[in-house]
Amino acid sequence: MIQVVLPKNLQILAGVGRIVELHVSGPVTQRSILDALEESYPALLGTLRDRNTKKRRAMIRFFACEEDLSAESPDAELPQEVASGKEPFLIIGAIAGG
Amino acid sequence: MSGVRVLVGTRKGAFVLTSDGSRKSWRIEGPHFAGWEIYHVKGSPADPKRLYASQSSGWFGQVLQRSNDGGKTWEAAGNDFQYEGTTGTHTWYDGSPHPWEFKRVWHIEPSLSDPEMIYAGVEDAALFASRDGGSTWAEMPGLRTHETAPSWAPGAGGLCLHTIVIDPTNPDRVFIAISAAGVFRSEDAGKSWQPANRGLRSNTMPDEDAEVGHCVHRIAIHPSRPNTLFMQKHWDVMRSDDGAESWREISGNLPTDFGFVIDVNSNEPDTVYVVPITSDSHHFVSEGKLRVYRSKTGGDDWEALTKGLPQKDCYVNVLRDAMTVDQLDPCGVYFGTSGGQVYASADGGDSWDAIVRDLPPVLSVEVQTLK
Repeated sequence: MIQVVLPKNLQILAGVGRIVELHVSGPVTQRSILDALEESYPALLGTLRDRNTKKRRAMIRFFACEEDLSAESPDAELPQEVASGKEPFLIIGAIAGG
Repeated sequence: MSGVRVLVGTRKGAFVLTSDGSRKSWRIEGPHFAGWEIYHVKGSPADPKRLYASQSSGWFGQVLQRSNDGGKTWEAAGNDFQYEGTTGTHTWYDGSPHPWEFKRVWHIEPSLSDPEMIYAGVEDAALFASRDGGSTWAEMPGLRTHETAPSWAPGAGGLCLHTIVIDPTNPDRVFIAISAAGVFRSEDAGKSWQPANRGLRSNTMPDEDAEVGHCVHRIAIHPSRPNTLFMQKHWDVMRSDDGAESWREISGNLPTDFGFVIDVNSNEPDTVYVVPITSDSHHFVSEGKLRVYRSKTGGDDWEALTKGLPQKDCYVNVLRDAMTVDQLDPCGVYFGTSGGQVYASADGGDSWDAIVRDLPPVLSVEVQTLK
């Protein structure tokens, strides 16, 4: 199972805890994880990426294995540690302000 | 026994304040949606248990919440606000063309008769409608595609459609207000629109009495007199007696005629309330005094209402959706401040008490009168 860590505001919106476990079929990519996440928790539709273009919202970041993957292609395969569930896929609200 | 439910949207969540008809003792529930900006919460006049809340965030975008039990529990409804067709551009602050972009829902206006039917006024300015309780949304594009729309420019808060007034005697007639485009009126339930700004003057425009471009902050009507509208403009308090065909100034003896809120006493259609704000550069009340001004003559002659309100060292603002009135007699008047206070008057404004003093900055206040 893939482990996804959500920011606090989205945990409340989706009614879940800090970590969500997802089953992802096929290649494990940003897109496949977000597709599975939105299918399981429709309240998150539009909060991470545009509903239609699927473009990542400007103040959302994706981290895993101590790397910032935000600018990677949404169809690039994520590290094996994420695919195996050993490491979580982190969804972060960008730090802003002072 | 009658009661009231006050719905408060703040920078960091929503709160529900309830009282019996005496409006003296209050129960405060919240925050709902903690950490999110709640621009507006409003109940359906047709089903008081049905509430809607606009929840938004610069990080996570727009969420539309719905409650079927008077605000005890909530569920996320639809948030797919797509402009119809090609969006084009409006005018940016510097006068250059700027693409139309959805940012948030500023104002929710439920139908007077159908709890499933709601309008939403959004930034960048457009009107959306839902016929299934907020699950799906469709733009009413006749407004945004009006021939004047490319000239619309944002006010300080953005290019927002912040006010929606449905004529209670004719639901096909709808008034909306946009900062900074002005008032528009529809006679066909939102399909087509006409500017309704004759009589307004704004020195922030090269043509002071242009057809559009006025920064209207709020309009209000009394249900018994839908042809009479009151307006708090950026500067100037205005009145129309011909369904917004024309406006005349009624600022009279107000200490300043800049402000955001305006509302009408539910029992007295000529009794009007405003909260004067020092200026557009000083978004706080003047002289350190929080004063509601009331006119019992439909404008021009205003009296300061101060009993129970801070009269020194007070520097708060009251935003455009943050005043409302209930349907009881005497009329209850409510408003919230940028300092997080929500004040209530159970006697038409003669005296005030703080329901709560330390909420996050208040964005909106609505009230439901419960039978």
